[in-house]
Amino acid sequence: MLTIENLHAKVEGKQILNGIDLDVKAGEVHAIMGPNGSGKSTLSSVIAGHQDYEVIQGTMLMEGQELSDLSPEERAHKGIFLSFQYPIEIPGVSVTNFIKTAINASRKAKGLEDMPANIMLKKIREKSALLEIDSRFLSRSLNEGFSGGEKKRNEIFQMAMLEPKLSILDETDSGLDIDALKVVANGVNKLRSKDNAVIVITHYQRLLEYIVPDFVHVLWEGKIVKSGTKDLAIELEEKGYDWIKEMA
Amino acid sequence: MEFKEKLLASHLALEEKVDLNDAVHQTRLESLKTFEQKGFPSPKDEAWKYTSLNAMVRQDYALFPKAETSIELKKVKKYFLYEIDTYKVVFMDGVYSPFLSDTTHDGLDVCLISAALSKAKYRNLINTYFNKITNKEDSLTALNTSYTLEGAYVYIPKSVVAEKPIEIIHFSTGKEKALWLQPRNLIVVDNNAQVQIVERHQSLKKHSVVTNSVTEIYAHQDALVDYYKIQNDLSTASLIDNTYISQEKNSNVSVHTFSLGGKLTRNNLNFYLKGERCHSTLKGVTLLEDRQHVDHYTLVDHASPHCESHQDYKGVFSEGSKGVFNGKIHVDRLAQKTNAFQQSNNILLDDKATVNTKPQLEIFADDVKCSHGCTVGQLDEDALFYLRSRGIPKKEAKALMTYAFANNVLESVELPVLKKRINKLIAEKLGVNLGFDL
Repeated sequence: MLTIENLHAKVEGKQILNGIDLDVKAGEVHAIMGPNGSGKSTLSSVIAGHQDYEVIQGTMLMEGQELSDLSPEERAHKGIFLSFQYPIEIPGVSVTNFIKTAINASRKAKGLEDMPANIMLKKIREKSALLEIDSRFLSRSLNEGFSGGEKKRNEIFQMAMLEPKLSILDETDSGLDIDALKVVANGVNKLRSKDNAVIVITHYQRLLEYIVPDFVHVLWEGKIVKSGTKDLAIELEEKGYDWIKEMA
Repeated sequence: MEFKEKLLASHLALEEKVDLNDAVHQTRLESLKTFEQKGFPSPKDEAWKYTSLNAMVRQDYALFPKAETSIELKKVKKYFLYEIDTYKVVFMDGVYSPFLSDTTHDGLDVCLISAALSKAKYRNLINTYFNKITNKEDSLTALNTSYTLEGAYVYIPKSVVAEKPIEIIHFSTGKEKALWLQPRNLIVVDNNAQVQIVERHQSLKKHSVVTNSVTEIYAHQDALVDYYKIQNDLSTASLIDNTYISQEKNSNVSVHTFSLGGKLTRNNLNFYLKGERCHSTLKGVTLLEDRQHVDHYTLVDHASPHCESHQDYKGVFSEGSKGVFNGKIHVDRLAQKTNAFQQSNNILLDDKATVNTKPQLEIFADDVKCSHGCTVGQLDEDALFYLRSRGIPKKEAKALMTYAFANNVLESVELPVLKKRINKLIAEKLGVNLGFDL
């Protein structure tokens, strides 16, 4: 689904990614771990197409199409979804209206009519129930005054609504208590299928107890220095990152 | 003849229309003298630094329109809040239109100031309120006062809640090629009374029209006044709005100004907080394009302790439009425990639009909370990325964010049908396709 080869990228003149190779197939869950500053969030921003990040070398193919040529919205239309580490507050637009706009924008890009209101409503009810989201919450301004947990739950709600092929969860566990973490993880697990894939970016192993990865990659200084199965995550939890740094 | 000279000379013609023995006529004459001395403001006046009337007053205008112009209701219906029942005071080229109006004397007065000025039973009220809180030094207010002839008169007696909103609408028909209008409104809301008022100035055809309006609002103890100004006029219409508000103890007054169209608009909005524990709200949405110009010039005078004022003005400017915000807060030595807040946030959609924003705080009490903030900027790039990452194209994302920015001011609008109307207008102007309910 997503094939990244020898990816180099920079932000504000500083090179952060130094040759990433990653192959994500449909149905898989990949975890990317690494200490602060290793390039985890940069990788997610580069895949989603943030304008401040520049690819200087390498390729990122999504179902055979080079992503660097596409705008962020085109990448979304191709089925890429980024759950933000710090979701942006947009006062004046409700969660519901935002998600309706997003869904219909994607449909329009695919040449489809707007989603009929009753179907939209049904879907909103279904997916908000999945994430234990109160209906009053949906009429609030997007992320404005939301707690950390509410913001993250809202990200996964959007993911559930948009049904992406590839979801990138950037530090979705940060700022979550254990109950919220379980709700979010449960939501992600229910959305998993043989046709979609998930990249979980995290600092800690905690989230991976609930969203069990097929592969774990360790990022250090902008490169994947070690890959393994979920046991690697447990090893990292026990030993920390220092041995990885020494190894690299 | 210069237009100023014409105004001075034509005043004699007004005397055929009014009662010369009335005390009000003395006020007219005194005000005319003030205008004669001061003339029109010039960019040399600090208060008019960014808004020039020079081009406006170089033109000539008709001062007294011809007889009432009749017009079919269906042609103007869209300018009314037709979805709901309202009282209406409607003028065509400055002349009262009984056909379009819906006035009352049943438990409250919604009628004409010409009636209030001429009838004996209103004399006490007129003597108590007429021209009492205006700034006597302001030349445009003086000019309006000197030509006081017509406008709306509203009186809400003690503990009466006006069950319908009041619409005050001034149409200009274009029958005169160039027209100078000077409506004069007086609104008195007695103790514990409540009212909602919507004011609108609207040209029905492109023609040169300038409205120099004065509105006095008296909110007595515990009164509640919601006032909405819809400024969405044609690109040939200019408005100088002079509004003076006097608040007694525990009263709550809010003024929302929606500046969405017009050639040149100047809003002189003055709040005088005379009693303790008043609440004042001044909110504005300004959305301009082309060569439109809007200047908000506010004054909140905290003369009593324990009062609270909130100012929140949001502006979106594009294509050579120009916005000005000057907000003055004066806190008297006696006005301890004042809370006064002021915000002016502006977005420039391109590099041809300009905004000048200036807070002026004069604080003479020591135990007060005052804050002000002005921002002028572009849309937040990270927020744009967030929207785009959800599949919303750049252009729509920008429009949606701008819409959200402006729309946020509408949360405090208490008239749902009006809120929806303004919502829709803003969306239309920004080209946002609202595929959702408001």
